[in-house]
Amino acid sequence: MQEFLQQLVNGLSVGSIYALIALGYTMVYGIIKLINFAHGDMYMIGAYIGLISVTVFKLPFFLALISTMVITALIGVIIERIAYKPLRKSTRVAALITAIGVSFFLQNIVSRIMGAKIYTFPSVLNNELYVVGGIRINSQQLVIFATSIILMLLLQVFVQKTKIGRAMRSVAVDQDAARLMGVNVDHVITLTFAIGSSLAAAAGILVGIYYNTVNPLMGFAPGLKAFVAAVFGGIGIIPGAMIGGFAIGLIETFVSGYGSTLYKDAVVYIILILVLIVKPSGLLGKNKKEKV
Amino acid sequence: MKQSLFNKKNLIWLVIAIIVFVVVQLLINARVISPYYRVSLFWICIFAILGVSLNIIIGVTGQFSLGHAGFMSIGAYSAAVLLKMMPNYTGLAIGLGVGLVISFVISFIVAMPTLRLKGDYLAIATLGVGEIIRIVILNMKITNGASGISNIPFLINWPLMFVFTVLAIALSANFKNSAIGRACISIKEDEIASEAMGINTTKYKVTAFIFGAMLASVAGALYATSYYVIKPETFGITNSINILVIVVFGGMGSLTGSVVAAIVLGIINVILQPLAELRMIIYALALIGIMIFRPQGLLGTYEASLSSLFNFKSHFKRFTKAGKEKA
Repeated sequence: MQEFLQQLVNGLSVGSIYALIALGYTMVYGIIKLINFAHGDMYMIGAYIGLISVTVFKLPFFLALISTMVITALIGVIIERIAYKPLRKSTRVAALITAIGVSFFLQNIVSRIMGAKIYTFPSVLNNELYVVGGIRINSQQLVIFATSIILMLLLQVFVQKTKIGRAMRSVAVDQDAARLMGVNVDHVITLTFAIGSSLAAAAGILVGIYYNTVNPLMGFAPGLKAFVAAVFGGIGIIPGAMIGGFAIGLIETFVSGYGSTLYKDAVVYIILILVLIVKPSGLLGKNKKEKV
Repeated sequence: MKQSLFNKKNLIWLVIAIIVFVVVQLLINARVISPYYRVSLFWICIFAILGVSLNIIIGVTGQFSLGHAGFMSIGAYSAAVLLKMMPNYTGLAIGLGVGLVISFVISFIVAMPTLRLKGDYLAIATLGVGEIIRIVILNMKITNGASGISNIPFLINWPLMFVFTVLAIALSANFKNSAIGRACISIKEDEIASEAMGINTTKYKVTAFIFGAMLASVAGALYATSYYVIKPETFGITNSINILVIVVFGGMGSLTGSVVAAIVLGIINVILQPLAELRMIIYALALIGIMIFRPQGLLGTYEASLSSLFNFKSHFKRFTKAGKEKA
């Protein structure tokens, strides 16, 4: 039982990171129906910018988090403008291939600039170990969990309660109708990329602190798993991404805790394929009838 | 219309193939293509097979697959394991056969459920399949885990490689021009309409997928015997994307395009050899640029045919016209 609770704690902290990345996937997909393959790499970029702001500029954790989120959001917007905007009208597969290209580009440009070596992330948070009823929780896990929950709540409030949030929801339902109602669709899409990228950046800096390392290829696997999380919860649905993120984090931790670490990735992909086959719209999604 | 196997058209193609073969063989003999460049020559042949086989799935049938390197790895590992037991051509032949059987079985199991998905969902599902294959290989004993299999006997030479490449291209071209191929093209154009016309879409999608996967396993076997070493990481997503670049670059639906793209990229690779990382950056930018400025790829859906080869003017006109229509 104790081990079970311990795995639960570990799974929740990993899951909250997946959930943060999955939110960006799901928001972009919800609005322009693009699987933003490069999103995992935005998370990697976030980790690097976080590393620079902590080591070079010696910023404290909170400031580093904010500045990283802002800078990565800007990068996300630039990428959207250059690579995705010209493809707004083309096929979805063309947009997907472009996203793969962007992902490749980011990985290689970062490894060109920063070198392919693995950087160690300095410990900006004091790492205290709390033992509650035999379960070990360290303060970093608490910070990761708290930060992601706060960010998710802020996002939820933003999307549900503000005017821009309403514009976002309307674009997700019907782009043309939203445009007719006076919503500036291009601004909304740009804003979506900005928010998605900044959430990924937050996840990146949190992971940097948690695992202590940063490397150019770190974005691929978590990016893919976050995508699985988004699909699992129902892609395009914001609470779905959160539930999916936590679910994937928990499943992964339990598989490596009770089964084999080597197969934890395979299990995640098998879940992905099963979800896609059984209920492609995800846990919270509604099935749509196909029309000619 | 029933044609004999040795009609005029096929004979001319055969003559062209022999000319290409003899020219390259002479270049090898004259040491213009040194053993160093021969590695690139084999790379071109292997990736031409891979490009053509993926093009059957993506370009002809319109089913977006990102797990092609997984099927390549099945062929590579089958050949490598058998070549370690029997370091001769019998071993290679059995290895090829085993690879074909395994890739047939696995692609069939994968295709039946996943090909119900569409577009980008299918892409992600096949990406997952490719990763699962890689992880399984990584954890199996016979494949020697992460360190891979090394010292694989080198049994390939230019004539053999050329025969395999030509056969693979000819098979794919025949597949595309057959009744099955036409059904596949109709599925790509409009799945619902072709279903309404009485085409069993599932059957043809699965057929095309299995065909592509089996050809990829042949390419994998050739890869194993030409490069001495194979590791699970060689067959990761990067490799699937390399193959995708060839298909996209050449033109989705154009087998000629895939072959041309493999040759062009092979030569670019040789030129950019000293700049390994820069090469990947250029690849990535090329991929984005092609999608923005020429989403149908360099050749679109154009195929080289004899009449157009002999009548260059009309072929050029048709080529540009096809480009305009698509754009």
